[in-house]
Amino acid sequence: MSDEKKLFKVTIDNITVEVEPGTTVLQAARKIGGEVAPPAMCYYTKLKGSGGKCRTCLVEVSKGSTADPRPMPKLVASCRTTVMDGMEVKNITSERVIDARKGVVEFLLINHPLDCPVCDQAGECHLQDLGYGHGDEGTRYEFKRRTFEKHDLGPYIQLHMTRCILCYRCVYTADQVTNKRVHGVLSRGDHSEIATYIEKSLDNDFIGNVIDVCPVGALTDRTFRFKNRVWFTKPVEAHRDCDKCCGKVTLWERGDEILRVTARKDEWGEVNDWICNTCRFEKKKTSDWVIEGPTKVNRHSVISQGHYVGVHKPKETIREVMGGRDPKLLFDIHTVSEVNKPGIDLSLIQGPATSDVFDSNGKALNQPKP
Amino acid sequence: MQTLTNRAKVLEQKPLTFMERLYLPNIAKGMAITFSHMFKKRPTINYPEQTRPFSPVFRGLHILNRDEEGRERCTACGLCAVACPAEAITMEAAERKSNEEHLYREEKYAARYEINMLRCIFCGLCEEACPKDAIYLSETFAPANFTRQSFIYGKPDLLIPDPKSQPDEFRMAQGRLEAHKANVKAAKNDQ
Repeated sequence: MSDEKKLFKVTIDNITVEVEPGTTVLQAARKIGGEVAPPAMCYYTKLKGSGGKCRTCLVEVSKGSTADPRPMPKLVASCRTTVMDGMEVKNITSERVIDARKGVVEFLLINHPLDCPVCDQAGECHLQDLGYGHGDEGTRYEFKRRTFEKHDLGPYIQLHMTRCILCYRCVYTADQVTNKRVHGVLSRGDHSEIATYIEKSLDNDFIGNVIDVCPVGALTDRTFRFKNRVWFTKPVEAHRDCDKCCGKVTLWERGDEILRVTARKDEWGEVNDWICNTCRFEKKKTSDWVIEGPTKVNRHSVISQGHYVGVHKPKETIREVMGGRDPKLLFDIHTVSEVNKPGIDLSLIQGPATSDVFDSNGKALNQPKP
Repeated sequence: MQTLTNRAKVLEQKPLTFMERLYLPNIAKGMAITFSHMFKKRPTINYPEQTRPFSPVFRGLHILNRDEEGRERCTACGLCAVACPAEAITMEAAERKSNEEHLYREEKYAARYEINMLRCIFCGLCEEACPKDAIYLSETFAPANFTRQSFIYGKPDLLIPDPKSQPDEFRMAQGRLEAHKANVKAAKNDQ
């Protein structure tokens, strides 16, 4: 190279950063990090062609560039707008952006069912975060929400079309990560839905990644379905030798059981490396994995609840006082409690637990006869 | 000696007077006070035959609510357990089968739901957290018992009566629930 690459200076929320030409405003904002980075529901760094659909990343360009300092008349999608030299962008400092984002959230939530208590994505759902951070408390929508016929996507992936926000991430994933795409978006407008057209299950080796890229609970892991809430499981970094993928994953454990395996995600909720279906769905034993240590979870995330990090346990003095004897246990909780019975290993059950699973324990479920 | 506060009183140790040495007048005075209580209103009641009314926002034992068709409202979302400061609530969820639609309101339900009443501090945060109108604190307190085992309350202990098999009991439970909800709402508005 004869001369150094010229870097563009861009100012986002009064913070100036130098980026390479061709960088999008969103990427430049993420380079600064923190609050300045606009939220994104459809854009995914690792997927070519993604972005520009959800409109949550709208920003105001108050100065186009040094050469042409006129502001852009409308708000622009930061994931699709490339930076110019001397550009000035307003994100959280702009009233217009805050107001527009509120409207976008309301639109995204128009058809989104309020089934967060049932949804497995709750707690790590980007739409929940977005609604909480940018949305209104109530909805003004009074009509029936759209519903769909149920599609079966096979034994591993559960589709809830009502929750879908049509970000197209899963379509791009199937196109770019797997060698054959069998699902897509059918129909138009309000009737658009993710489906396989002819009832076909998704069974490509890397198709499980659509679960990780889904920003909402539309595509969820069937092997984890209803097993536990995300915030009661503890994420642990682990790896194994895999001949198909990198094998670097996050295990979501409850006690010693591995309830779920996902790819490792960065601070923007995007996966670091794609993982294969074998790692994701079939390796649910601790002996399959080499555990590296607990995943760092943001202190403000609900997932960090109950993780008492940095706690210094006081020294147990009972043994010394009692002359080396252990204190007498008053009772073992498992003699009475029906929850977390040692006999029932939820991680080894394929698919969600039903009353059969709990009945097979020998005890009838605590149900009055109808 | 220096006193810690200015309220300390120095005790005077005078010799008893003649009247005090007789003792009898003072005994009669004491007996008169005792006797006068015979005619006063009794502050105690004969519990458990008689009970006192509870405060409108009393927080007692939990109940699990049903809807009008007798289906369980709880979907095992875990918000009560995450809100619980004493970590007393545990649960396990299951998927509703197609022949169980008359038992559970939503596709996911609590197959197991337990409250450890030894841990519970009756703060009512679970009731506040519940998005499904499923858990409420009733106006009864946990009965005393000799064994710790009996304080693990499962679903049979917590669920309110089924309106189909026990319509009268269900109506009574629902009526008290409605009154409870109104009271809690009124108490919140007063704040």
